[in-house]
Amino acid sequence: MWEALSQKLYFHSIDALLAMDGHGTFVWSAYLITVVVVAAILIAPRRRQRRFLRRLAGEIKRARGDRANVREDI
Amino acid sequence: MWSFFHKLGSPPWLYAISGSILRWLLPATLLALAVGLAWGLLFTGPEARQGNSYRIIYIHVPAAVVALAGYYVMAIAGAVNLIWKMKMADVAMKSAAPIGAALTFIALVTGAIWGKPTWGTWWVWDARITSMLILLFLYLGVLALYEAFDNKAAAGKACAVLSLVGMVNIPIIYKSVDWWYSLHQPASIKFIGQSTIDSSMLHPLLLMIAAFYALFTCCLLLNMRAELLQREARTNWVKKLAVAADSRG
Amino acid sequence: MHPVRKQRLYLVLFVVLFSSAAVGLVTYALRGNINLFFPPVDVAAGKAPSGQSIRVGGMVVEGSVQRSDSSLDVHFELTDYEASVPVVYSGILPDLFGEGQGAVASGVLDASGVLQATEVLAKHDENYMPPEVADALENSGYDHKGNAK
Repeated sequence: MWEALSQKLYFHSIDALLAMDGHGTFVWSAYLITVVVVAAILIAPRRRQRRFLRRLAGEIKRARGDRANVREDI
Repeated sequence: MWSFFHKLGSPPWLYAISGSILRWLLPATLLALAVGLAWGLLFTGPEARQGNSYRIIYIHVPAAVVALAGYYVMAIAGAVNLIWKMKMADVAMKSAAPIGAALTFIALVTGAIWGKPTWGTWWVWDARITSMLILLFLYLGVLALYEAFDNKAAAGKACAVLSLVGMVNIPIIYKSVDWWYSLHQPASIKFIGQSTIDSSMLHPLLLMIAAFYALFTCCLLLNMRAELLQREARTNWVKKLAVAADSRG
Repeated sequence: MHPVRKQRLYLVLFVVLFSSAAVGLVTYALRGNINLFFPPVDVAAGKAPSGQSIRVGGMVVEGSVQRSDSSLDVHFELTDYEASVPVVYSGILPDLFGEGQGAVASGVLDASGVLQATEVLAKHDENYMPPEVADALENSGYDHKGNAK
């Protein structure tokens, strides 16, 4: 199967793939910028969510700790 | 049917169902993007006149198409909140804005990079390109306007109105290449009649467009989940999630 | 529908229609300026101002491209098949520039109706095909749009 696929490859070396007959800089910079932006919009919300949940868990723990301390003082 | 809308308005329900959807949609999206990119970069030949620079089409067109469609998602969600005061719609509107901005940015930048070796310029103020830049400003405007308000209910209403006012820009962008003399050429994918793009190139392009629609959906759900948790921080279901996430480490 | 919600729906529709009408009117009023370039027929009819920077766009007339041996000067003609505009340019032309292809030249129209161009851009159409398909069309007597030559 891989042989059949590699027959259909247009570029026959990595150098050719990078150079793209002179248009390499244009094509690869466009693709690179796209990958970076797409990765950013996929990752950002998850980081935001994780950071928020961590902060909230911290607050809950502190609230429970305060309540426990208050009880001990009495 | 109404019970569906009732459920849709329930944050814990939406959080749960979006989780189930993302569990398969996210890997499917990444797979579609990988296959589409490989297909366009490695398994198609060059274009007769443009050579290999035409390969930018596999990111430029999908990003542009979904940037336009996503604007309607944002505007209609805003309108639903305005009319029915459905907070979930406000969450959807706020969640759509940054994704639309990112996609419009990709379309503009990849377009500029494509324009240099083909047209001979990075930028020209023709109708298509100028109206796409206005679209970027509208998306950024919605984001900025939301932050300008302390009262988030008022923010949602103002952003909904701004989105609605900007809706006319979408058909203008779409028809700009037909209504005016522009440097940007007319559409190659025709809904009626024969498309003017060879099928060997059209098929990977359609896959990439579908992949970008799926990408928009994933990002929308991810943003909505994060937004919902913050809005519902005082509720038990969110507190339970926080404690559970914390114990998982 | 609940009366208050109906009122809000009307408000939403009003905002969309009113903004569309406003933008539509402004767009219609400025429609001349929204065009990036003058087609040759408008230049021939005197609709393009002389002495100020304008753009003219059309197809490069086959056989009209004359390059100088000693400099980067080039002469060619742009046509929309109703009129032609001669263009003079000095500089490197884009890769996609060629006879029978679209181009947009910006510059100043001189007294004899020749565009003294300072920039020439190539305009390509919406056809995308592999080189083999283009060659096959060429050999069977069709141009790249699929029209018989």
